[in-house]
Amino acid sequence: MAELRIEDIIKPENIVFKKTKLFTDKPLSYCPGCGHGVVHRLVLEVIEEMGIEAETIGIAPVGCSVLAYEFMNIDMVQAPHGRAPALATGIKRIHTEKFVFTYQGDGDLAAIGTAETIHACNRGENIAIIFINNGIYGMTGGQMAPTTLPGMQSSTSPYGRDVETMGHPMKITELVSNLPGTRFVARHAVHTPALVRKTKKAIRKAFENQKENKGLSFVEVVSNCNSGWKMSPVESNKWLAENMLPFYELGTLKDE
Amino acid sequence: MAKVRGAIVVDVERCKGCEICIGSCPTDVLRMSVDVNGKGYHYAYMENPEACTGCVNCATVCPDTVITVYRIKVPS
Repeated sequence: MAELRIEDIIKPENIVFKKTKLFTDKPLSYCPGCGHGVVHRLVLEVIEEMGIEAETIGIAPVGCSVLAYEFMNIDMVQAPHGRAPALATGIKRIHTEKFVFTYQGDGDLAAIGTAETIHACNRGENIAIIFINNGIYGMTGGQMAPTTLPGMQSSTSPYGRDVETMGHPMKITELVSNLPGTRFVARHAVHTPALVRKTKKAIRKAFENQKENKGLSFVEVVSNCNSGWKMSPVESNKWLAENMLPFYELGTLKDE
Repeated sequence: MAKVRGAIVVDVERCKGCEICIGSCPTDVLRMSVDVNGKGYHYAYMENPEACTGCVNCATVCPDTVITVYRIKVPS
């Protein structure tokens, strides 16, 4: 048999993976290697696979992903800092048949928006919250966030986070899993192919749960911030696996 | 048993050279280019294309979704 040429493989009928159509043509504004891009893709792939692109309303946060509405070709609103769950509450209560999700980082969700997050979870609003935790304020220059690990350096904790004076990191996912209003609470990561596939399943579940009106779905994704952590993308993923994951343990915390 | 062959196409101008795909490849197909794209980033390319199985791992971890994956079955 003749040697198979690459041109024989690269044909439209042989495609097994291509970029989802729900991405706009705009290049993502994130740093090289940032986990935001993967989570954006997973959310859009789930929406495309469920065929709900015309019935989904997303809420973009403040932070690196403030421009999420530029990249996601679905209906989106951008909320002031931390207010995404409050905005999602209003939208979902008016448009009960729509799928509503918020996409928030840790500075947005776990610091400035703590009240909105906790009360939306406690009320059991029928929305999905996608929470990207990279342990740092990425966009504003790598300042310490509530989720910064003990001893972890940031631009406002250059000698490492001292829990005596700066407080302890907050596991907000564990916190909301104890509230009666949440239905599905899980923590995942996106730095290896297997974990990306698991994260996609969790995001799919968060969207599917909205059909049944049984409460809030909360999916945390532990991600990297190589620029803020001052590492290369590959090093930051290694650091994440060695340091973030022992503290932020992956798995499903609640599924009712 | 049919053998599986794969290939990838990298959207060179959108690749940001993060190198995460390189470590995700189980058959060690990918390398970073010496050349740079319009933004000044080195981009991923297939150094050993005959080893590619089209497993989609590289495209799965790519933060900018620049990789399209193709796969065919080759009768042995």
